[in-house]
Amino acid sequence: MGKLVINQSLVNASNAESITKLCPFGAISYENGALSISAACKMCKLCAKKSGGVVTYEEEAVAEIDKSLWRGILVYADCQGGTIHKVTLELCGKARELAKVTGHPVYALLIGENAAEQAKELLYYGVDKVFVYDDEAFRDFRIEPYAAAFYDFIEKIKPSSILVGATELGRQLAPRVAARCRSGLTADCTVLEMKENTDLIQIRPAFGGNIMAQIISPATRPQFCTVRYKIFNEPPRASEPSGEIVRMEVTEKMKKSEIEVLETNKKQTDVDISEADVIVAVGRGAQTEALRAQAEELASLLGGMVACTRPLVESNLFDPKRQIGLSGRTVKPKFIICLGISGAVQFAAGMKSSACIVAVNNDSSAPIFDIAHYCVVGDVAEILPRIIKNIKEAKNV
Amino acid sequence: MKILVCIKQVPGSSNVQVDPVTGVLIRSGIQNKMNPYDLYGIEVALTLKERYGGEVELITMGPPPAKAVILEAVAMGADRGTVLSDRKFAGADVLATAYTISQGIKKCGEYDLIICGKQTTDGDTAQVGAEVAEYLGLPNISNVCSVDEVKDGRLYVTAALDNKTVKESVSLPCLISVDGDINTPRLPSYKVKRSLTDDVVSFLSFADFSDQDPNHYGLNGSATQVERIFPPEKNTEKHTVSGNADEQAAELCALISKLKLI
Repeated sequence: MGKLVINQSLVNASNAESITKLCPFGAISYENGALSISAACKMCKLCAKKSGGVVTYEEEAVAEIDKSLWRGILVYADCQGGTIHKVTLELCGKARELAKVTGHPVYALLIGENAAEQAKELLYYGVDKVFVYDDEAFRDFRIEPYAAAFYDFIEKIKPSSILVGATELGRQLAPRVAARCRSGLTADCTVLEMKENTDLIQIRPAFGGNIMAQIISPATRPQFCTVRYKIFNEPPRASEPSGEIVRMEVTEKMKKSEIEVLETNKKQTDVDISEADVIVAVGRGAQTEALRAQAEELASLLGGMVACTRPLVESNLFDPKRQIGLSGRTVKPKFIICLGISGAVQFAAGMKSSACIVAVNNDSSAPIFDIAHYCVVGDVAEILPRIIKNIKEAKNV
Repeated sequence: MKILVCIKQVPGSSNVQVDPVTGVLIRSGIQNKMNPYDLYGIEVALTLKERYGGEVELITMGPPPAKAVILEAVAMGADRGTVLSDRKFAGADVLATAYTISQGIKKCGEYDLIICGKQTTDGDTAQVGAEVAEYLGLPNISNVCSVDEVKDGRLYVTAALDNKTVKESVSLPCLISVDGDINTPRLPSYKVKRSLTDDVVSFLSFADFSDQDPNHYGLNGSATQVERIFPPEKNTEKHTVSGNADEQAAELCALISKLKLI
């Protein structure tokens, strides 16, 4: 950790302007012969790298921790309503891969009621130990008891890394527990790797733009991250279970909550684009009524679903449930065709692990073409009706 | 009821690119706006104020121009707000941001209800609300999709939780994060906007906080560290479908049939 220092003696009228322009956040200003950095600074340190010594970054010593006291890669097992959410299994597979680097064990933490069966099932997915907090206090998700059990586990077992599925439950629980540990949490990681010194490398899109950030938490343990469903692959189920189940004590103090759950209802069967094998995705370049109707038609011909980008949801053209991207759903279909979508990183993060990506856009420099497997530079309004016509003809043959 | 809404000023566009030669971030024509998800939180607060009386305050963290979002919310009907602004807060991750906001809230006063939006459009982490609740020791409920009533010191809400909706009650004080699209946020009043004076905005800096350890704020207070930033990987197995629209459509159909989608 450290701070930015301006060497005012090197500042002059001729270099000041170029230095203020270095800052992508407009945080550097030049007044009365001196440079200053405002609270808009995001500490990206670009000014320190590019200003030729005018702005420098000074490291400050960080209190070291003994990382060897923290062992194990933990997967939080999301088991709402007695069902193991598949993101849990995907994370077990990833945890096993990460554990190969450090030789750490892989743990799962299960908090719920009557959870014996789910705990056993997890032993088919390469987990060394499943720790279970089983009590009727955990029947419904309430933040305080879940966070208390989670924190109790961390205090007793001291895992080095914690992987939490970015379900709606995981997205409340992980930050609550991470803050209690005064530790780092990275949301929506798309890549995870392990260093030999047990630092977890977390990669995610950042700064709200077309940039990836590689993030570590070098001075705190445990290191928390959340990962969305369908980012990693589900490992195959082993033919025999292995590992052991450890029952953890549930104390009265853990059960306390200011929240009372009155009624739980299943959501009506929802549009769920994350389960679709084929997706026809529509962006601003294809938002006319005619093109949206054609997109629907193509989707139904291919047995798929229509999805969209954020601007179309903001213009009320689509239900938010159909939105792909960081603020929408993550999808991983076998085939996705992106119509008139520029491909901002927010969108790309939600679909780029799709097996086959086709992009149709009239702007050949659109970033979508950086991730597409098949790039079609052209007018959606010209190409889409022809695809539909061809498919109809092919189906009739 | 005394309600506090946490809001944020975000870049108007997410159009950020990396200059391939210099590696410098290019953010062309930045215009800032209120984080759109916060508008729903403000609307919830104003509706509760109309129904039960009380006051609606705002808190934000950012450079001094971030007071624009406070003024906008006041023009919508809120009473006043505070900007937490200090260079010492720069480079804060989720942990340090939540800590700074919680320190600011403690300084501002006591509230029955703290409301956050679902997430911001620039960070997209949706984590700060839950961490603020932890630092303040308050119960929190996320993904609130309707605020039903306040009765006997408890707030009754309906929240989404993955494949379920949950009706629940929570004792006040508490913190809730509200989903997008749960209401139609009112527009700022032009009349109020015209008569706005700067005294509806106050500023707090590091020097005002009770915790005077600079290592709890900004980059130094952040547990996560950005090791490097880089442009997203480009796909190398890329195939260009060329020709006129007829030829392009034909090639895509061949692909679709090769993949056995029809």
